[in-house]
Amino acid sequence: MSRPPGPRWAEALLPPLVALAIALVVGDLLILTFGQSPRIVWGVLLEGTWGNAYGMGQVLYKATTLTCTGLAVAVALRAGLFNIAAESQLAAGGFGAAMAGLALPAGAPAILAVPFCLGAAMTAGAIVGAVPGGLKAKAGANEVIVTICLNFLVLALLNWAVAEHLHVPDSLHTATIRAGGLPRLADVHAAFRGSAANATVLVAVAAIVATWWGLFRTPGGYALRAVGLSPAAAEYGGVSLGRTWFRALVWSGALAGLGGVNYVLGYKRYYEEGFGFGAGFLGIAVALVGRNHPVGVGIAALLFATLSQGGLAVNALVPKQMMDVLQAVVILAVVASVPEVRRLVAQAVPRRP
Amino acid sequence: MSDLLFQWLRIAAPYLCAAAGGVLSERAGIIALTLEGYLLAGAFGAALGALATDGPWLGVAAGIGAATAVAALHAAATLRFRADQVVTGVALNLLVDGATTFVLRRVYDSSANSPRVEGFGSGGDLGSPVGWLALLALPALWWLLARTRFGLRVRAVGEAPEAATTAGISVARVRWLAVLGSGALAGLGGAFLALDQHKFSTGMTAGRGFIALAAVIFGRWDPLRTAGACLLFAAAETLQIRLQGTAAIPSQFTEMIPYALTIVALATLAGRAAAPAALGKAES
Repeated sequence: MSRPPGPRWAEALLPPLVALAIALVVGDLLILTFGQSPRIVWGVLLEGTWGNAYGMGQVLYKATTLTCTGLAVAVALRAGLFNIAAESQLAAGGFGAAMAGLALPAGAPAILAVPFCLGAAMTAGAIVGAVPGGLKAKAGANEVIVTICLNFLVLALLNWAVAEHLHVPDSLHTATIRAGGLPRLADVHAAFRGSAANATVLVAVAAIVATWWGLFRTPGGYALRAVGLSPAAAEYGGVSLGRTWFRALVWSGALAGLGGVNYVLGYKRYYEEGFGFGAGFLGIAVALVGRNHPVGVGIAALLFATLSQGGLAVNALVPKQMMDVLQAVVILAVVASVPEVRRLVAQAVPRRP
Repeated sequence: MSDLLFQWLRIAAPYLCAAAGGVLSERAGIIALTLEGYLLAGAFGAALGALATDGPWLGVAAGIGAATAVAALHAAATLRFRADQVVTGVALNLLVDGATTFVLRRVYDSSANSPRVEGFGSGGDLGSPVGWLALLALPALWWLLARTRFGLRVRAVGEAPEAATTAGISVARVRWLAVLGSGALAGLGGAFLALDQHKFSTGMTAGRGFIALAAVIFGRWDPLRTAGACLLFAAAETLQIRLQGTAAIPSQFTEMIPYALTIVALATLAGRAAAPAALGKAES
């Protein structure tokens, strides 16, 4: 495997910084079309997100889900695969956690109930991940198309299960779980009252560390990255491509499924139709901006969570959909500038013999 | 009986247009994940254009223009900047979704619906004359791909770009044209949708672009088979609407049909062998 010459930090950091600058300019223009002052709107955005405990709590809450889906997409991308099914894996994970929490007897000790529910969430996500993994490994089916189709299949199936069998009358959510709930941040400090932030944020941090360890410190992670960099070379080196693809997509699905815990165990304590709000698709953006590194994913998740929560804060001045536009601009700018930056960095640093 | 037929064709029309765009783009080697965004941009442009000019055909032109503009972004990102096609597609879908709602709020102060679009009025059995164009899209594309010099070039750059380059074909130029044409075709489908429903509403395409993409793959990238797939998927949907209330099969299961069939097709050898060889590899 060959790494392009030049400083790694420049190659890693330049595209996201360029993207942010472009997004700021586009944002200014969008704000001006509504006759508002960019300075005031950006000020309101910062005040509504990082300016008070409630805003910070909401950003942390959204970043928690995005970290899980971002890690999911990043792990698959490290193996050279696109997992577009993070959206339905997230939903399946939330559904699994809710089913586990409903199956437990009321008053089950948290030390047993919480790991049981976390395991159920990861298993549900992993099962959804195993489908494209197995089809890729056994039949060579293109995982992009399979995961897109799978999103619709899984979401329709969950919709049917909840709407036909499991919902509380006149709602689209299940009954409240009996055990396995996680404490809210507001229980620890009153300033966070009203915000959805909860102990799942610690689970997300643990997932970052575990993913970093798995990718960079284990033989399996080494094989996975080798397959992603050069499948032919990895196979020549004795790595089974099919098995590695399968493992990567199962691992990826489990991580996305873990994200469902945030809403189900931490926030509402029930599974509800559509709770993901596109966090699975945004996971692709988070992985991209985080450059597929677990720590980068955590930082990018905070950035996208800030934009998304900031949209709600400024909605009275400019439509919150402005943030969807800016998120798309960030993705496009990063994905378009990565090859360009790589080329420029390679030119700027003379090749050593 | 004939209103059942026309209901079926009206449901199929957006699929047929978007899938024609999908075949054109993918046969040139560019993954058509953006069909959803093209459709939505087409619907949005058509509604706004028709409202602004009071002319349905100008609306159709505006819809095609809006979708082609999004396709130009896709082509610029993937061909000029060599950006990843899948990520670009996902980002553009997100962009169109956000931008249409943003502009809707700016122009009509609503984040859900445009005012009523008169369009072609009752528009006859197919809803509008655009419906007839939609029925012709894939047969016309078959003729273009199979019988014209440009079609041969599209297939060449999608199967063997190096060989095409050696033969003196500008791969980038052919791909640019294919992607722009793909946007225009899908934009026509979006315009049909908005004029048929007499309004634009946010997210109104509701996954139709992905169903069209599924039809392309289920139709093995062949225009006529793809038309068959579109008609098949639309027939399932029509039956579902007709059977509603009789509780034969839950609607969630009929919604799954296109995706389940596509996965099955991909899992079998036939589905894989048919994919254009250079699909998704433009960046290398």
